[in-house]
Amino acid sequence: MVTRRDFLKTSGALVVSFASAPLLERATLAQGPFGTRASHIDPSQLDSWIAIAADGRVTAYTGKCEIGQGILTAQTQLVAEELSVPLDRVTLVMCDTDVAPDQGTTSGSQSTPTNFNERNLALAAATARETLVKLASAHLGVPVDQLAAADGFVAVRSDRAKRVGYGELVAGRKLNVQLDRNAKRRPQSEWTTLGKPARRLDMAAMATGRFEFVHNVRVPGMLHGAVVRPPLVGATLAGIDEASVSGMPGVVKVVVRKNFVGVVAEKPWQAMQAAGKLKANWNPGPPLPPQRDFYDHLRKQPSRDGFVVNSGDVDATLAKAASVVKATYRHPYQMHGSMGTSCAVADVRNGKATVWSPTQSAYPTRAGVAALLGLQPDDVRVVFTRGAGCYGLNGADAVSFDAALLSQGVGRPVRVQLSRRDEMAWENYGFAYAIDQRIGVDANGTIVAWDYEAWFASRGGRPGYDRPGNVVTGTLAGLEPQPFRPAQAAEPSGEFRNGSNAAPSYVAGRVARKAGGAGTIASERVLAHTIASPFFTGPLRSPSRLQNTFAHECILDEVAAQVKADPVAYRLRHLSDARLKAVVAAAAKAAAWDARPSPRPAAARSGMATGRGIACVAYEGDNGYVAMVAEVSVDRSTGRIVPTRFVVAQDCGPISNPDGMRNQIEGGALQGLSRALGEEVTWDDRAVTSVDWRTYHSLPLGMAVPAIESVLIDTHGVEAMGAGETAITVVAAAIGNAVFDATGVRLREVPFTPDRVRSAMNDGRPG
Amino acid sequence: MSAITLRVNGRTHTVDVDPATPLLYVLSDDLALRGPKFGCGLGQCGACAAIVGGRAVRTCVTPVSTIGTAEITTLEGLGTPERPHPIQKAFIDEEAAQCGFCLNGIIVTVKAYLDQHPKAGDAELQQATSTVLCRCFTHARMWKAIKRYAAEKA
Repeated sequence: MVTRRDFLKTSGALVVSFASAPLLERATLAQGPFGTRASHIDPSQLDSWIAIAADGRVTAYTGKCEIGQGILTAQTQLVAEELSVPLDRVTLVMCDTDVAPDQGTTSGSQSTPTNFNERNLALAAATARETLVKLASAHLGVPVDQLAAADGFVAVRSDRAKRVGYGELVAGRKLNVQLDRNAKRRPQSEWTTLGKPARRLDMAAMATGRFEFVHNVRVPGMLHGAVVRPPLVGATLAGIDEASVSGMPGVVKVVVRKNFVGVVAEKPWQAMQAAGKLKANWNPGPPLPPQRDFYDHLRKQPSRDGFVVNSGDVDATLAKAASVVKATYRHPYQMHGSMGTSCAVADVRNGKATVWSPTQSAYPTRAGVAALLGLQPDDVRVVFTRGAGCYGLNGADAVSFDAALLSQGVGRPVRVQLSRRDEMAWENYGFAYAIDQRIGVDANGTIVAWDYEAWFASRGGRPGYDRPGNVVTGTLAGLEPQPFRPAQAAEPSGEFRNGSNAAPSYVAGRVARKAGGAGTIASERVLAHTIASPFFTGPLRSPSRLQNTFAHECILDEVAAQVKADPVAYRLRHLSDARLKAVVAAAAKAAAWDARPSPRPAAARSGMATGRGIACVAYEGDNGYVAMVAEVSVDRSTGRIVPTRFVVAQDCGPISNPDGMRNQIEGGALQGLSRALGEEVTWDDRAVTSVDWRTYHSLPLGMAVPAIESVLIDTHGVEAMGAGETAITVVAAAIGNAVFDATGVRLREVPFTPDRVRSAMNDGRPG
Repeated sequence: MSAITLRVNGRTHTVDVDPATPLLYVLSDDLALRGPKFGCGLGQCGACAAIVGGRAVRTCVTPVSTIGTAEITTLEGLGTPERPHPIQKAFIDEEAAQCGFCLNGIIVTVKAYLDQHPKAGDAELQQATSTVLCRCFTHARMWKAIKRYAAEKA
């Protein structure tokens, strides 16, 4: 492990370490509920972000980490671009709490907005370039406006041979400047590295088995731990029979902390064996609500209610409407289901802790570990080390806590990797939703009122800086999750915010007389009820946005079918947002959209049926625009849906790495397909029964992969937006709409399993 | 515990382990190899695959005592970042990864299958990968890489 100071020493840079900030200064910083302190690395200082070594190599420190989405490469491109150095001269250090600034969590498609606009990492890199030019001006005795930075040198524009290297300029100095809010970023039209398809920097190491995942971290003297979770949701520990494992080879210790139980052994296999053999007695928890009636159960529970928008005239407008289309949509709990089970290594000794963790929240995890161990956050170091792709909140945070508790229990470094069952039965699932839609249409077939009411179940979530109980380990160790308090909905105030896409794109989104929506429908009501979930939940990729968009984009299609309108034209007719309309038009054009109402006139009554559907969304209202056309074939006899083609048009503002964006679109499209067709968490009256890949259904590599065509819309002069969660948001709706087009049968519950498709067809329910 | 001798990536190793230990733990822990990975421990996802005696084997459910003298090749035994094996090069050229955790299982499984079935068509390759997972769903690029490799090999 390299400290910032060590790195700077070995690399020859002379930037003073912020880790050495005096204690007195630290004590004056604000404290959170668990003694959380603001990072000792001051984000307003350039030296917190960028270090330039004597050989001209650039090291950038970022609080946004690589989780498979390509941000390692894109952030490296960003720094290389702004500093005008070749890509291979930049090293990125991600999310190590001793050396990198605190940027919270890498989530919510916020890394690009945060670090690629006029702030944070982008601003730091731009400030660094301008600082270097100023230093060069003094060094060369040439005014700043006659100098240009290129290829790691600052040179005189009229005489490029007259130049000085970055390493020479910085050597002997501490930059010691504040980020300059007015520092000019390099204009997109002049980009040479950013905006170009850069090759992934980690690819060769990953493909040849050299890459170090957190699973490969080995520390001298390290032991291996395994956890023993309760057998049932809500069970509490009645007693442990330590003798049941005491004679087993390699067993070092059984660690108990309230309801948290784990075993530490010399080798991983021994730890897993011992965890399986340990006799623990548990008091059963309350029975689970039956899965069969769960969506109805949701409606009967105490709820915390909130309006996104409420024009106050929805009931009256619906009463006057020429017709009203009503439907209920259902979306199950789904899991992150990471490819590798979560793993972390912790070394807790002498009142200090270091945790090598795949968490997307390095600083918040530092606070959580400190709370669990009874340490100060400054005595904990979290070193982000990559895990398997997470897609939100898998077991990464929980296993970091597991490793910390076990290491503290034995006073030696401990590595923990969860079993597949422990990963799947206890992770924070994506929300289950029941959504009622009522749409009023006038005599011309125009929508005049939109009424949305949803019930969804939530428990815990990201631990943040002060809620380690939001994931299973924290709760087991005695720290409660965020309490659930029922509350009535207040009238919307402030400004329209659509972060969960609870409001459809088609409404005006009028709050306090100001319309912030992407559409035109003035009579609008969006009301969501949050229910206490029996399971932990969390921000699974496109959290709530995907579930809501499924319901919005399908009901819009139902209305279009009823008024016999073409689904693309009907969308454009109710939208006002130019960028959203542009992606709808672009996807339709690229797909050579067959403009006509759905369903297809000669929809096959038997055998194979084919159809096309479209769906779109302004992600989170203003964080990326996407439209997808899906073409599917449906086997009427088996109920099997096979998508044959996806065409995706996406606008996320200035594109950092076009190939990275395509990769995210393709992965999002197919992950969305797997979630739409097969993924559903199941349970019986006591416990989750989706505990492996036989009981939770992920489409394998050997599936029929549809052709995927991406249309990238590179809009200049606007904010850069996230691209990781946009495409997946529209997949279930686009497929559902295509199935309706093919068969005339409307699917209103995810996943669209062959059984459900068959039974929908047998019911003969028309759209 | 007993001493077990294995041939891994062209070298001989002797380890002192419980003979029931799955091969995966010996490879990733005792030999500190980074290719084979624990994905499920149940033989359901492919992340742990290694080539044993020419066949792709799920090492997480294969006791080390059953290996005998068979030659074991892991992902790192195929090639290096500087000199990748042609199938590794195909994946690198197609940028066929996101998080990269599944790559071991996918590359090893396909490499072994195509060695045994050089004329395999799409349907057979799909069957051979019907229990191999990639949860980032980088499938589109992976199939480009696989087809590129299969075509080069043929």
